[in-house]
Amino acid sequence: MSVYTEPLQALIDELNRLPGIGPKSAQRIAFHLLKIPKEDAARLAESIVVAKDRVHWCRVCFNVCDSDTCQFCADDGRDGRVVCVVEEARDIVAIERSGAFKGRYHVLQGAISPIEGIGPEQLRVRELVKRLEDDAITELILATNPNVEGDATASYLARLIKPIGVRVTRLASGLPQGGDLEFADEVTLGHALEGRREL
Amino acid sequence: MSRGQYRDEGVVLRTYKLGEADRIIVFMTKAHGKVRAVAKGVRKTKSKFGARLEPASQVLLALYEGKGELHTVTDAEIIAANRDIREGYNLFVHAAPMLEAVDQMAQDHEPDVAVYLMLTRALATLNDRRTPLVTTAFFWKLLAYSGVEPRLDSCVRCDAAESLSAFDFQSGGAVCTNCSYGGGVPISSEALDLMRQILGGHLNQALAQTVGETTAEVERLAIAAIEHHIERRLRSTTLL
Repeated sequence: MSVYTEPLQALIDELNRLPGIGPKSAQRIAFHLLKIPKEDAARLAESIVVAKDRVHWCRVCFNVCDSDTCQFCADDGRDGRVVCVVEEARDIVAIERSGAFKGRYHVLQGAISPIEGIGPEQLRVRELVKRLEDDAITELILATNPNVEGDATASYLARLIKPIGVRVTRLASGLPQGGDLEFADEVTLGHALEGRREL
Repeated sequence: MSRGQYRDEGVVLRTYKLGEADRIIVFMTKAHGKVRAVAKGVRKTKSKFGARLEPASQVLLALYEGKGELHTVTDAEIIAANRDIREGYNLFVHAAPMLEAVDQMAQDHEPDVAVYLMLTRALATLNDRRTPLVTTAFFWKLLAYSGVEPRLDSCVRCDAAESLSAFDFQSGGAVCTNCSYGGGVPISSEALDLMRQILGGHLNQALAQTVGETTAEVERLAIAAIEHHIERRLRSTTLL
């Protein structure tokens, strides 16, 4: 039996269902919400409802947006011949922060993960292939995460897309700036050596 | 009772994201069985763990056991990166079912050196020889080690050595045409031969077999047999 009054327990249970929120964190957030002014709590609730109502997937690249297409697909100033493929919409933010990419994006909405039963059919791969057939895309940059799932996804996409005749590249992988060489692991250092460039 | 700091070697079976930048890593260790441990900050690009704690890696570990259920990874060094598995779709989808099967069958903190060695050797063989038959052979070997080695030379129901044409998971072996009406899936004589090679000490010969109808048949049987044994589906086999 719950020790809390029913509305509070319901709030804790809902918060506990969110990713990364355990029972203790759920309790802490719930008690915080009880303490803040009513209008602050209403604003939070309203923003959740508005986001759920208005935010959806861009029909071209599957980024999040609040209109038919996202800001990057709608921007005529961007190079439509180069498409950067990312796992999640939040990865676009990281690439945009670099300021080094002016092309368009495609969000797979995940990565191939055999252990979780996620295969290419569960990702936006079919839509990517269709874009390649319809649009004048000449290069695909695979910017999936540099881990096992990301590498498997990139390897699968490269094998699928190269026969179409589009240039397929992968983000360089190697040593992070500001780090010490002696702490680099063998796999990362191996990648850095393979991807070395002439100065 | 907590044991504090300890060292072991292990294979990364799978990982779960935890919080902002951490992961829970599930290891099959040599001396401590299956261990779940938190690797703090491992998802950051400057993490000291780098790419060492990815599935299919064999690593030398320093772990800390506190009061909680989850241990903490304090250091990791690569023993075998199995890089071709990690970076190639085909090899990875064949390694994942082996990792999942061990995750399902191994018990937390129950050492099983034989299973650990079988897994490390299977991953190394898959990485080097690149044949999908490694996964099939691993499943049959794992079943045999678990005490459910199938009978392949005579019918499990009537002992007849001729006309073996089906395989019955419930009875644990081949059945003859007469007995196959009592249940079992059809099996070809080529598939039976390949299974005999795998389980009869001729693994190298089996692994040299060209991938085709027979290897696919033995793979399907191996998956069905291991799922029958553990009484649940192996999700990663859907991508094979």
